[in-house]
Order: sequence, then C-alpha cells, then structure tokens
Amino acid sequence: MQTQQQRRWLPKLNSRLAIGLTIVTILAAGSLILPFFTSVDPAAQGTYLKNLPPSPAHLLGTNALGQDIFWYLVFAVRNSLLLGVSVSMGVTIIATSLGLSAGFIGGWYERCVVVFMDTFITIPVLPVLIVLGAVVRGNTSFMVVALILIVFGWAWNARTIRSMSLSLREREFVNMARFSGAGVIAIIAREIFPYVYAFMIVGFINTILFAINTEAALAVIGLSNVVVPTLGSIIFWALNYNAILIGQPLWIIAPIVTTVVLFLGLFLTSSGYNDLSAEKRGVA
Amino acid sequence: MKLLQYMLQRFVMYLLILFIGITITFFLPRLMPGDPISNYISQVQARAGQSLSAEATQQLRDSLAELYGLQGDLFTQYTNYIGRVVRFDFGPSFTYYPEPVSNILLDALPWTAGLLIMTTLLAWLIGNGIGLIAGYYNKRRAAAALEIVGILLYPIPYYILALVVILVFAYWLALFPLSPTFLPGPMSWSKSVSIIHNSFLPALTLVLAGFGWNVLAMKALAVATKEDPYVQFARLKGTTDRTRMTQYVFRNAMLPQITALILSLGFIFNGAIQTEVIFSYPGIGMTMRAAAGAGDYNLLYGSIILTIFAVATVTLVLDLIYPLFDPRIRLGG
Repeated sequence: MQTQQQRRWLPKLNSRLAIGLTIVTILAAGSLILPFFTSVDPAAQGTYLKNLPPSPAHLLGTNALGQDIFWYLVFAVRNSLLLGVSVSMGVTIIATSLGLSAGFIGGWYERCVVVFMDTFITIPVLPVLIVLGAVVRGNTSFMVVALILIVFGWAWNARTIRSMSLSLREREFVNMARFSGAGVIAIIAREIFPYVYAFMIVGFINTILFAINTEAALAVIGLSNVVVPTLGSIIFWALNYNAILIGQPLWIIAPIVTTVVLFLGLFLTSSGYNDLSAEKRGVA
Repeated sequence: MKLLQYMLQRFVMYLLILFIGITITFFLPRLMPGDPISNYISQVQARAGQSLSAEATQQLRDSLAELYGLQGDLFTQYTNYIGRVVRFDFGPSFTYYPEPVSNILLDALPWTAGLLIMTTLLAWLIGNGIGLIAGYYNKRRAAAALEIVGILLYPIPYYILALVVILVFAYWLALFPLSPTFLPGPMSWSKSVSIIHNSFLPALTLVLAGFGWNVLAMKALAVATKEDPYVQFARLKGTTDRTRMTQYVFRNAMLPQITALILSLGFIFNGAIQTEVIFSYPGIGMTMRAAAGAGDYNLLYGSIILTIFAVATVTLVLDLIYPLFDPRIRLGG
C-alpha cells in the first residue's frame, strides 16, 4: 500500500525527462531572474568598448556593436522563451477546442475543420511570414509574429487531438457517462480531458520549439524584428558583422550552443514525459 | 472503386488547399498595418532627395497600384489576383525590370527542386535504414548509440545546422566553399562536378536535419513490429534476419513513415528556405529573400504562390502513389 502511494505521488522520472527538465529549468530560471541584476539595455549599441575578450566583467566578451554578449544572450533566451510559451498557450487552446469538438460533433463541422487542418499543415509558414515581413518592412512587431505563428501552428496538434477523440468517443466509459445523463461538455471535461491532457503537455512543449525555431529562423535571415534580442537576432547581427572573420567566434558560437542546449532540453522533456505517461497508462 | 474514391478525395483536397493557401496570401498582407506602395514611395523619395513633385508621386502611386493589381475594390482585386495565379502571370519583376517574374522563378526552380528531392530522399532512406537496424537489434549497445545520434540531431533547427556545417567544413577544414558559385555556360563534366562540390554543404545540412526524426520514429516502429506474430511466424519458418528485417518489418513499418514524410513537406520547405538564404544558394528561397529585401512584390508573390503550389503538388503525388505501398487502400480491405 505504502509503495503504491509513493509511486503515485512521486512518479519515477526517466533519465530523458530528468535531463530535459534540468536543462529547461536552469535556462528558464536564469533568463527570467538574471535580468533583474542589470540596469543596462543589452540591445543598446556602444555601451562598452568594442570586441573585448572574455573577462570577469564581460563573461563572453563584447561584440563589434559594443554590446555585452553574455547579457544579450540572457535577454535573447528570455524573449524567445516568452514568445514560445505565449504562442504555445494560444495554439494549445485552439488546437484542443477544435480537435475535441471536431471529433465529437462530427458531420459537416468536422469535415470543414479537417480541410482547414490539412491546409495549414501543408502550407509552409516561413514564406507567409516572409511576405508579411516585407509588407510591414521592419515594423514586424513581436505580437504580429506571435499571432501568425498561432494561426499556422494549431493544425498539427489539433490533428492529433481529433484522432484521439475519435477513438475515445466509442469507448465504453464515455457511453456510460452519456447514458447517465452527462452533457457533452461534462463528458469532455471529466471523461476525455484526463486522456488528452498528457498529449497536450507534449504538444505544448513541441509548439514552444516550433515557435522559437520559426521566429529565430525568420530573424536569422533578417526578416523578424531584429532590434529585439532573440536567439535568432543575435545570430543575425553576428552574421552581419562576419563575427568569425573579425575574430569574434564567441559571438556566434555562444548562441549556437545555447540554442542547441535549449532545444535538446525541451525535446528531452517532451519525449521523456511522453514515455512516462505511456508507462502510466500501461502502453509501454 | 474504393481506390477511385480515394484518389478523387485527394484531388478535391488538393484544389481546396491551393484555393485556401492563395486566399490567405491575398488577404493576410491586406490586414496588416502599413501599405507597400507608401513604403516603396518613401524609399524612392529617400533616394531622390525631395526632388519628386507631388504630381510625379501621385503618378508613381497610380502606376504602382496598377502594376501590383491594387486597383478597384477588394473583390475585383481578388478575382484579378486569382486570374493571374491561374495563368501563372505575376507581371514584371521590379528589380530585374522588365524580366517577367515567371522566367526568374523558372530559372530558380530546378536548383531548389534538385536540392530538395535529392536530400529528402537521402535523409528518408538513410534515416529509416539506421532506425530499422537500431530497432531490429534494439538489445545491442550500438542501437542505443544510434538512437542518441537521432536524439541529438532531431531538435536542432535548420539554420543552426547550416551554421555549424559552415563553421566546420568551410571555415575550419576549408574543404568546401563558403557560399556556392555556379559558372554559367553549357553542361559539361567539369561543370557538374563543380555543381556537386558547391551544393555539397547545403545538401549536407538538409540531410542531417531530415534524418534525426526518421531514425527515432523508425526505431520505435521497428521495435514494436518485430514482436508481431507474423514476424515470429517468419522466424519459425526459418527466414534469415536480413529477410525478416527488410521484407517483413520494414514493409509494414514504412507506411507511417511515408505518411510522416507527406505531412512534413511544408516543414522541409521552411528548412530549405533557411538553408538557401544562409548559403546564398540560387533557389526559390533565396529569390524570395532577395525580393523581400528589395520590395519586389511581384517576385515575392510569385515565389510564395509557387512554393504553395509545389508543396501541395508533391503532397498530392505522394498521396496518389501511396496505394502502391499500402494494398489496403489499393484493394479496399
């Protein structure tokens, strides 16, 4: 009895989840807390002498624009994470409500949702963002990028949730609830949601990856708002000033390493959590 | 009959995707704040000082509105736009005036198509091959090592892979050029060698990026499939490991992988655009980026429509040949 209780409240973390959570927690906590300890705007140019080597005062040195690379990176991680989380919240809400309702209501409504889903999965988002970036020339606000990412990001998760609800609606316990007089909303909230929510968490993390990745890709090719520090804009500036050729390899290597570590951490968290919940359900 | 219904369904879906995609690219920029013509005129004014008179500005505004199909109400603009898309006529390019946009796009298309077809096929074959071996022999230590390679590669974005490939192969080892240069002139042996040499790094980036997911997914599928009763039966029948792995496990496990490939085409195209821009590779992605930078809206619209058309068409083609791999659809089981 005792051991069973313990197992329920303290799920045994698998190694993927443990490593992933550690990485993500350190990066998220660091980038959210550290900005309170500086009063300097990391994006302001000419704050420090240019091209200083790493020193205790400038952990990663300064770049050709006179910015401190370490502090710029801290703000970049924070902004990218905030963008990722807000896009992912929007995507999760839309994907879950459309996916569940399509699976349960069925009929013409479902067919329409499926057509839009397949369209948004097929159309590549980057060209659309490039067109918008060109139309609003440099005024691409962060909010607009986030909105477009939500518009193009929901379909994948909605597709998975719909197929889950399709199989769930035929299950015995759902019929049971229906015959007991539960309404559609009550069934979705009490019977379906507990099954879908593990996937929602995995989808949530994967969408953070998608959002950070797409914004950064747009920034690297110079079409997002490159004034705001993000994991993409720092690389854009480093490429623009030929960081490697002017002997500033840290300017470009530091964001590359940070991006790889962050993405690996997020991916390990999502796939580790997926394994964990599969184990709990007794699938694996 | 079932096959026919399947194909018809896919085709209708194809038309719907094209229609919705084209409509979105028409309306989204019009919902945005800012007006491309004013932007362009302020650019011209900045270059010309204040020497442009008010009438000249108005004339420029009218001719630009005509050129970009921005005359009349929204509905007229929309029908004109659809008409232009159907005729594949996007007017002249602004930067390469009076070269028609369609010619520029047709020049760029073979570069992107060649690069993407090669790398997607390679990434799929190598990734699934490694995943199959890792999954079939999942008790061995080497299988775990192969899976770690997949885990390390899969979440890394295209642009990061491109930069790392540049750093390692063009900067430190200096084996390949930083950005490709393609000499004009007729096809010859030395020219094709040069094309391969110059395209190697962008291709390597795309293969590396496409391969991680295939390794991970195929490994999981192979582990599950090799315990199926029909594979056990084949083992008792005395087939070799190799036959069981390729003829029994792979043939079933590849179906979800083909579906995954079809669904990720849009994503692969995003990656190709990033890679082309970072390497200055002369394909559609690079054309799109240059057009966006120069405010060449005709070229920009042409390239995005071509992109949507290409992705939707490849999706349709793969959907249509899918029954060749899956007899359940072909024979209606």
